Amino acid sequence: MILASTLTTNLAILVLAGFIGFVVISKVPNTLHTPLMSGTNAIHGIVLLGGLLVVGAAGNDTFNKVILVIAIAFGTINIVGGFLVTDRMLEMFKSKPKPPKDADGDGDGSGA
Amino acid sequence: MILASSFLQDQSFLDVLYIIAFSLFIQGLRGLSGPTTAVRGNRIAAVGMVIAIIATLLNQDEGNLGLIVLGVALGTAVGVPAARQVKMTAMPQMVALFNGVGGGAVFLISWSEFRLTDGFTGVATYITVFSLFAAIVGSVSFWGSNIAFGKLQEIIPGRPISLGAAQQIVNLVLLILAVAAGVDIAAGNHSEAIFVGLLICSALLGNAVVLPIGGADMPVVISMLNAFTGLSAAATGIALNNTALIVAGMIVGASGSILTNLMAVAMNRSIPAIVAGGFGGGGAIAGAEGAGEHAGTVRSTSAADAAIQLAYASRVVIVPGYGMAVAQAQHAVRELTKELEKRGVEVSYAIHPVAGRMPGHMNVLLAEADVPYDQLKEMDDANPEFQRTDVSLVIGANDVTNPAAKNTPSSPIYGMPILEVNDSQSVIVIKRSMNPGFAGIENELYYDPKTAMLFGDAKSAVSEITAELGEI
Repeated sequence: MILASTLTTNLAILVLAGFIGFVVISKVPNTLHTPLMSGTNAIHGIVLLGGLLVVGAAGNDTFNKVILVIAIAFGTINIVGGFLVTDRMLEMFKSKPKPPKDADGDGDGSGA
Repeated sequence: MILASSFLQDQSFLDVLYIIAFSLFIQGLRGLSGPTTAVRGNRIAAVGMVIAIIATLLNQDEGNLGLIVLGVALGTAVGVPAARQVKMTAMPQMVALFNGVGGGAVFLISWSEFRLTDGFTGVATYITVFSLFAAIVGSVSFWGSNIAFGKLQEIIPGRPISLGAAQQIVNLVLLILAVAAGVDIAAGNHSEAIFVGLLICSALLGNAVVLPIGGADMPVVISMLNAFTGLSAAATGIALNNTALIVAGMIVGASGSILTNLMAVAMNRSIPAIVAGGFGGGGAIAGAEGAGEHAGTVRSTSAADAAIQLAYASRVVIVPGYGMAVAQAQHAVRELTKELEKRGVEVSYAIHPVAGRMPGHMNVLLAEADVPYDQLKEMDDANPEFQRTDVSLVIGANDVTNPAAKNTPSSPIYGMPILEVNDSQSVIVIKRSMNPGFAGIENELYYDPKTAMLFGDAKSAVSEITAELGEI
């Protein structure tokens, strides 16, 4: 019972995270699905931590060091690229700096 | 360790940092529920990531810092310019690529764990099992995403490449071999050759699953691969006993699964059929039989006539599809909209969930062209509005407007939810030719008497209409 506790605790976290994920993501509108994908993409870049943890362990031979550096590089691309590209996209959705033009085109006669 | 006695390396302190990190991920994703909070949400999630990384680095031996700095520097050098320079039309392949490297990191980490522990010697069985799961799924995701990237970037032909009926058997055999290798290792075989064999089978499987998939089915595939990478990251988290990895990976897994399901429903395909690699082919063959049956005539129109029709409408709905992305026509479309709005025409955009090559693809392009967020209508909101629409302007979209999906039970796309443009008073379709769409099915809409076809490249056709509008 006690021996299994790490596994069962982690499984409980896994299951709860799954439910939270479903609830939170279900609220994202279709319109924002691309930024959602690239944002969650960035978040799974967290596997970088796995690379950091294993590279920190004693006894890695040269080949292991090479593949771990690649893994860390991959994870970094995933995180840095993912967050940056998501930020770029979301800024476009946010930006509405041209209200005058819209007012002109409203057809309410207030514009040209 | 320099600060061996410091509380900074206390496991409870690290755990707290991880808890803060994953709370920020969840809070950040909650922000994505609306365009005004989304930018902040993404940045909150990024802060969470920085905290998680710092927490992990606190417990590092300084001897490994060189390797870590090297890896991070390499990743930054590749990731930052890519993210900064990518065009919005190329977003699907960018997402596929970023997704792929995530999967790549997962299977490489699993491999290094295997080597570090001499084939999981003395490791708890469940850790071995989760590591092997991560290796298989991460590898499938890495190779599958690379193929998806290749197809979207048109390095590999976008059309389905498959072994035909044998494909599903091949996929199944590869899966069984990969799992069998995993079972062998979990049962105590420490041979690295078996592990490499597992990676090779998974790699081939990743290729074999995505190669037979055509371009228009990409939204499903990208979502699915996204879920795979997330789940493999969560499995790595269990293997390494790291809560931040478990939570983050699982949330991505959930997100990817939801999107996959939404896309599959919007395409009228079942997820098991997708995973079995059985798609792309069926629809095209059935459609080819139906092709040529149409005796109806197609009415073609000119930019000048289309301009007149649009100028005197009171309500216009624009239906964009992949053709708009290919022609990079989003800015031209926005110009046309502005010109129409000046004349008092009410313009909105109706967007099908699977228009384009990834979920939400059209919305990103239109947002890039400064189309206000509230003009972008989702399918369920757009459909009831078509009846009071004077002109529907279809730009490079095909199957998602085909009324056969509602009216013709024998059609391969029967049952697929569509944008009901045929409910509007009249329809203008901008299309390069009469070639059927991806599914290879004739579109009845084009033979409808109220439909006029404007043949040409989306960008130049739209620009011509805008120019003609200026002369009215």
